[in-house]
Amino acid sequence: MEVVRALIRRRARGLKLLGVPVLGFSADLLIGAGCVAEVETSAVSLGEAGLAPRFTEAAQKGEIKIRDATCPAIHTALQAAEKGVPFMPLRGVLGSDLLSGRADWKVLQNPFAEGADPILYVPAIAPDIALFHARWADEAGNVWIGRRKEVATIAHAAKRTLATFEELRAGDMLEDELLAPGVVAAVYVEAAAPARRGAWPLGVADAYDIDDEHLARYAKAARTREGFQRYLDEFVCTRKKNSLPA
Amino acid sequence: MIARLIGDARHVAIGAASPIPASGALLLKSQQPSLRVSLHQRRRANPFTEGSRELFDLAGQGRIDVFFLGGAQIDGEANINLVRAGEKRFPGSFGSAFMYPVIPRTILFREEHSRRALVPRVEFVSARGEPFALLTGKALFSWQKGARRFRLESVHPGHAVDEIQADTGFGFDSPARVPTTPSPTAVQLALLRGRVAKEIAADYPEFAARVWDA
Repeated sequence: MEVVRALIRRRARGLKLLGVPVLGFSADLLIGAGCVAEVETSAVSLGEAGLAPRFTEAAQKGEIKIRDATCPAIHTALQAAEKGVPFMPLRGVLGSDLLSGRADWKVLQNPFAEGADPILYVPAIAPDIALFHARWADEAGNVWIGRRKEVATIAHAAKRTLATFEELRAGDMLEDELLAPGVVAAVYVEAAAPARRGAWPLGVADAYDIDDEHLARYAKAARTREGFQRYLDEFVCTRKKNSLPA
Repeated sequence: MIARLIGDARHVAIGAASPIPASGALLLKSQQPSLRVSLHQRRRANPFTEGSRELFDLAGQGRIDVFFLGGAQIDGEANINLVRAGEKRFPGSFGSAFMYPVIPRTILFREEHSRRALVPRVEFVSARGEPFALLTGKALFSWQKGARRFRLESVHPGHAVDEIQADTGFGFDSPARVPTTPSPTAVQLALLRGRVAKEIAADYPEFAARVWDA
């Protein structure tokens, strides 16, 4: 979230966002602030706080391009990039109107089947940048993401990986058998920067919870462009330590 | 009713934004401990260790028996729409395009029972499949595979068949006498208000506070 707020302050423009597999609060902020040209995602939602208001308005006004996908298609496309292969097949999806919006997805015969067996092929996705927030980084440049393995997949698939983290650990997490399975190794990570409570108002497992009250407040404020602008002024554009609520 | 529809399944998974199906599944689990309930969005003690793709990998292998899907629009052909209608944009298809055809027992669930939600023909097919049932806030329908039509199975207490006819945008079959959906027993209600409400509150605090005051 700290990087998202910084992108808005810097007036980033023309970003293409990939939801893995969905987008939420970060995307809604970036879209509302005019930073986004295109999203590829399975959905955009604020979870229990409801619809993502800035996404919804931008979509209805045609202000951003939307490439609608479905969750496992995005996971599969990233797994293809991670393996360095050009595409991967996926079951299901046939019969969905998603196909008509996706000229890059192909339905072909399963080459190994004896009878007719159409199956979806999705091309690999190698994002320019993987961006995420993590609990720990260490002195060796590793980042710990725990069970959020889709984050590791994005880091493996992307050309560059940038991370923020809560706390720096001494030593090398790859030497710790309990931590190592949750590590994105330094080989994938270009840079990592400390950002305490950097996920706020979202949460970090076992460190702090999602700030549901704040998200509900945002969802209400951002229903109008003016309300959204006031939210930006208060929580994003000023540099006050708003990510450290009492 | 949700617990009844899940029936004797081994593994039920619950996707995003589904506090009511999650409550029904947890209720059944409290009475049928061998049932495995995987709440995809669980914030703590999430059932998956391979990230958010594991739900789909499990489904693709046939390791999930029951899944719930909703829709901004649901039509008489059992298609669901989570993308757009008229000028309106909805969040998106999530995993539905994959899950619907892959899961053996998909239950369609939509609390709102109106002509706005239950339409003759969806404006965008997010996903197509063969459902097991369609459950709304007013009635339960089964799906007739051969005829490709819904059949009204029961009407919830406080609602009438005329009202269901008036509020449903698609045609459906109906028996001569439509039973009333059985209400939860006193034991089930106590579990829903107690143990289940508490468990649900961890992932759906707003829902738990609004419905159960938990």
